[in-house]
Amino acid sequence: MRNFYGVTLDTPLMLGTAQYPSPAVLEAAFRGSNASVATVSLRREGGQGQAFWDIIRGFGVHILPNTAGCYSAREAITTAQMAREVFETNWIKLEVIGHSDTLQPDPFGLLEATKTLAADGFEVFPYTTEDQVLAARLLDAGARVLMPWGAPIGSGLGLNNRYGLKTLRAAFPDVAMVIDAGLGLPSHAADAMEMGFDAVLLNTAVAQAGDPAAMARAFGMAAQAGALAHAADPMGPRDMAAPSTPVLGKAWL
Amino acid sequence: MKIEVNGEAREVNSATVSDALQELGWANARVATALNGTFVPAAARDDTPLTAGDRLEVLAPMQGG
Repeated sequence: MRNFYGVTLDTPLMLGTAQYPSPAVLEAAFRGSNASVATVSLRREGGQGQAFWDIIRGFGVHILPNTAGCYSAREAITTAQMAREVFETNWIKLEVIGHSDTLQPDPFGLLEATKTLAADGFEVFPYTTEDQVLAARLLDAGARVLMPWGAPIGSGLGLNNRYGLKTLRAAFPDVAMVIDAGLGLPSHAADAMEMGFDAVLLNTAVAQAGDPAAMARAFGMAAQAGALAHAADPMGPRDMAAPSTPVLGKAWL
Repeated sequence: MKIEVNGEAREVNSATVSDALQELGWANARVATALNGTFVPAAARDDTPLTAGDRLEVLAPMQGG
């Protein structure tokens, strides 16, 4: 059974905590989704940090701090160190961004930061692409979990490169992988889980929905349905029709 | 002396990071600190001196994706 640095999650949904219309809606989304992980960040203290900390602790889920907005390994490493102290966890969703339009990872900075942080006892969840060579390097550097993107952060496009993701999944059968970013609909989450990924992480698709709590619930159900379907060993597709009702015994009319 | 706190110029009388947190009203807050881009663990704040022109970052838990 693949796990996340020794932790087996109750449900395969990781949910972001940003962009909700209010703390009450955030809470409703979490309750409805059955998410088992909440992603959080660190920002300059402006007076709301302490109240937010109390809210997320009340969810009773695993906390996964991120290094969102970091454009260099150095910045991401310092942010990770600060996050470890504040959130009291070795988990870090490592983002080293390479381009502001696509928010795609900078593979070189990501690898450098993964190396440093893993050596320093962090349990790194690198936000990466579907690139198989980069994945191998990240694993060599000490990552035990990978978080390949579905599509650019906030785009809602779903799984942009199913072939690449499928190949990545098959290449590292023992590595826990989370599809992180770009999901827009619950069907995207089910698709990812049916492909054998271990969890999905999303934020915007829920927070920006007209009814975030209902959408959170839909994503939670879809992720669990996809996981169940994958475990149930789906049939393969075929080009020709095949009757499901027995031909034998049909009347001669 | 003048230092920069979270990107804003501030006048402080403190000689260490830990005293500055006290002076700025964050003595009991759940925050992490960095001085001039380098992480200062909570346990090291007492022994980390401040110099004029230093950049102090005080970060707190916030929403994230």
